[in-house]
Amino acid sequence: MRLEPLVNPPRFRVLWVTLGALGVAFVLVGGLFAAYGLNPLEAYRAMLQGTLLDAKGWQEVLRRSIPLLLIGAGLTLAFRTQFFNIGAEGQLLLGAVWAAGVALFLPLPPALSLPAMLLAGALGGALWCLVAAWLRGRLNVNEILTTLMLNYVAQSLVIFLINGPWKGRDARGYIYSDRFAEYQQLAVLPGTNVHWPTLLLGVLLALVLQWVLSRTTLGFRMRVVGENPGAARYLGISGVRVGFWIALITGGLAGLAGVGEIAGIHHRLIEPGQLSSGYGFTAIIVAWLARGHPALVLLTAPLMGLILAGGDLLKVSLNMPFRIVDVFSGVMLLCLIGSEILVQNRIRWGR
Amino acid sequence: MPLLQLKHITKRFPGVLANDRVSLEVFPGEVLALLGENGAGKSTLVSILYGLYRPDEGEILLEGQPVRIASPGDALKAGIGLVPQHPTLVSRHTVAENLALGIGTPLLPAQRIAPLIERVAQGFGLQIDPKAPVYTLSPGEKQRVEIVRALLRGARVLILDEPTSVLTPQEAEALFRVMRELRAAGKSLIFISHKLEEVLAIADRCVVLRRGQVVGHLPRAEASQARLAELMVGRSVSFARKRGAPRIGEVLLQVRDLSARSSRDLLALKGVSFELRSGEVLGIAGVAGNGQSELVEVLSGLRTIEQGTVQLAGAPLPSDPARVFARGVAHIPEDRIRMGTVPSMSVAENLALRSFDRPPLSRGFVLRPAAWLAQAQAQVQAYAVATPSLHTPTRLLSGGNIQKVILARELAGRPRLILAVHPTYGLDIGATEQVHRVLLEKTDQGAAVLLVSEDLEELLSLSDRIGVLYQGRLLGPYPVEAVSRERLGLLMTGGLA
Repeated sequence: MRLEPLVNPPRFRVLWVTLGALGVAFVLVGGLFAAYGLNPLEAYRAMLQGTLLDAKGWQEVLRRSIPLLLIGAGLTLAFRTQFFNIGAEGQLLLGAVWAAGVALFLPLPPALSLPAMLLAGALGGALWCLVAAWLRGRLNVNEILTTLMLNYVAQSLVIFLINGPWKGRDARGYIYSDRFAEYQQLAVLPGTNVHWPTLLLGVLLALVLQWVLSRTTLGFRMRVVGENPGAARYLGISGVRVGFWIALITGGLAGLAGVGEIAGIHHRLIEPGQLSSGYGFTAIIVAWLARGHPALVLLTAPLMGLILAGGDLLKVSLNMPFRIVDVFSGVMLLCLIGSEILVQNRIRWGR
Repeated sequence: MPLLQLKHITKRFPGVLANDRVSLEVFPGEVLALLGENGAGKSTLVSILYGLYRPDEGEILLEGQPVRIASPGDALKAGIGLVPQHPTLVSRHTVAENLALGIGTPLLPAQRIAPLIERVAQGFGLQIDPKAPVYTLSPGEKQRVEIVRALLRGARVLILDEPTSVLTPQEAEALFRVMRELRAAGKSLIFISHKLEEVLAIADRCVVLRRGQVVGHLPRAEASQARLAELMVGRSVSFARKRGAPRIGEVLLQVRDLSARSSRDLLALKGVSFELRSGEVLGIAGVAGNGQSELVEVLSGLRTIEQGTVQLAGAPLPSDPARVFARGVAHIPEDRIRMGTVPSMSVAENLALRSFDRPPLSRGFVLRPAAWLAQAQAQVQAYAVATPSLHTPTRLLSGGNIQKVILARELAGRPRLILAVHPTYGLDIGATEQVHRVLLEKTDQGAAVLLVSEDLEELLSLSDRIGVLYQGRLLGPYPVEAVSRERLGLLMTGGLA
């Protein structure tokens, strides 16, 4: 068996290879279900039935798609520009922290409070990401390392705040902040946890980013920097400046996702693990699947939302360990990245 | 009986017939020259012989027996060795360590292989020091290491892929001596080259490819430059000096006592001074790595000046590539894939790389794709770029057409100074002629050209004056009438310093 490079891969090859990789991932995870003593088909049926064929399930899928949509759209742009931000988790937390700070301590007229929270959250996430972009531009520090490490700093910061200075008056033995006022909470679809203003914002921003990428001078600079840094240097396009823009956009969107989680669902600053449940990492898969097109996140985010929601069902109704969702995402990402070689190459059997 | 025989080899790529029933044979103890323009199918044929591609049809016979060559391993087993155009050596390792890769013993591979290397090398008049680290070697020496590698692996057929493209005339002469030794020892050599005078100097037979087919098969006695060129291009080609009477004007570029450091922080330019007038072509000769890249990078705003001054039309040169371009300095870069274009982007996008953020290609920060296509359409026509469409990514174009895209883009704004670095490297005769014609046309319109090239024929046929960079110092510039090929060769290697 050997690989033969394709000079001009057909357009639909990406689609088939991606679907194939997802198929392989489902089979592998199915094997895991079997090893756990479950019929894989039963497990997948339970997942689908509990999400797509159930009103409550639909809400769960949507709720989980919101942060994935926001973060995923930003990451798609970042990956396209070769800025490997894997710190969206931390940027989400910082967005939540800044928004909570505004909500808890900034005396604003009620009508301005929520917009201020959204702005502050976006700014918090953006600045957190800018740290990594600045280190890369100034000292050539690898952004994969810095963004990843800043996640842990962000987690510790949240725990410190809600366990110390921002600890709620009614928290007793638990750790969380005070509850936000009614006017500081995002509107939800009646009877659900789906904070629709954030959902709308996510859909809009994904489309806007697609437009920025394909129809603006900034987007064109991003593409040149991402697709050939040597040419960018030759043309005098500053990779550092483009990196700053990317950091602002991708970090800002992750920050917004953080605001959505606390202002839409939890209504207070809570523990990092409960606040986010790994959206920053799952969004990496969302972005990878979207293959450089922010608008495609509108499809891939709900897909991963479905898997997150389905994984919850597995925990509750089939007694699977709560880490099963992480295993699911991990296997998927592995298969997707592993399949990349098949997009550009064709397999030839035989010697 | 031929040692190696190709019979009706056909290889198709999507949309291209790269080799069309190619048949040829190589006998022991001969040099077979394989000629052809870019895209004629030479590289494909070499890749098939070395097991990198497999033919769709046809067969390969070794001493009359059909063989299957499915990998470079198979090729080596069959006794076919390749000396690649650009050496594939680990530069931090020594010669012996490099050669022990893949064939050495598990224990102390480099030490044990050293005597064998010396024996093989001396047998063919190849001087190499097994203990020398590869980064200290000249391009010619690295090539010798590649030849020894092929011989150590028992090659009876040696394929030399454009071996002289990185060598000085003197180094090329040394290579030919080695090739004659190998021929005398009964090896078969397949010599691939663009340079007709070299082919005539060394080959016993010439096979000419055009559009994937063998169009000519001549013994040395019947071959001449004009005949071979005609076969390659399909029409007759002139070899006279191309430069007419230049119209030299005011001093445009003034470089005084310029010093600059390389990316590795070594002093790469040492006190370089020269003037360039509008309408003039100044050639810069030199072996790669003697400061040419740094000189061009300084002049295009990519590298900071350590010492000295550079004045363009009386004002100091800005230190930002975009602003330098805006001042009328076009740059045809050395590396057209990694610098000159974005290979994944379309022809239209690549043509817009310099002007995408100005009207008419954009309004404010919003791009206007319709204007891009209109501009691209006009430029593709003006420069005769062969592309399936304006949306085709440039990585699918041939080297010549990529270069035309770069020329069209860089020369669109009527530049005052054109920095042309190896502008015809790897291009076929047709594309080379077009590039030369365009550059000379621009000088007639008053532009100055700084032409950096390793091709002495090109420098001698286009330049008004020629300077030689040797170890960061500029020798000359000399009027073109005052230098010969041989003298340039000596200057390039420090022989007259």
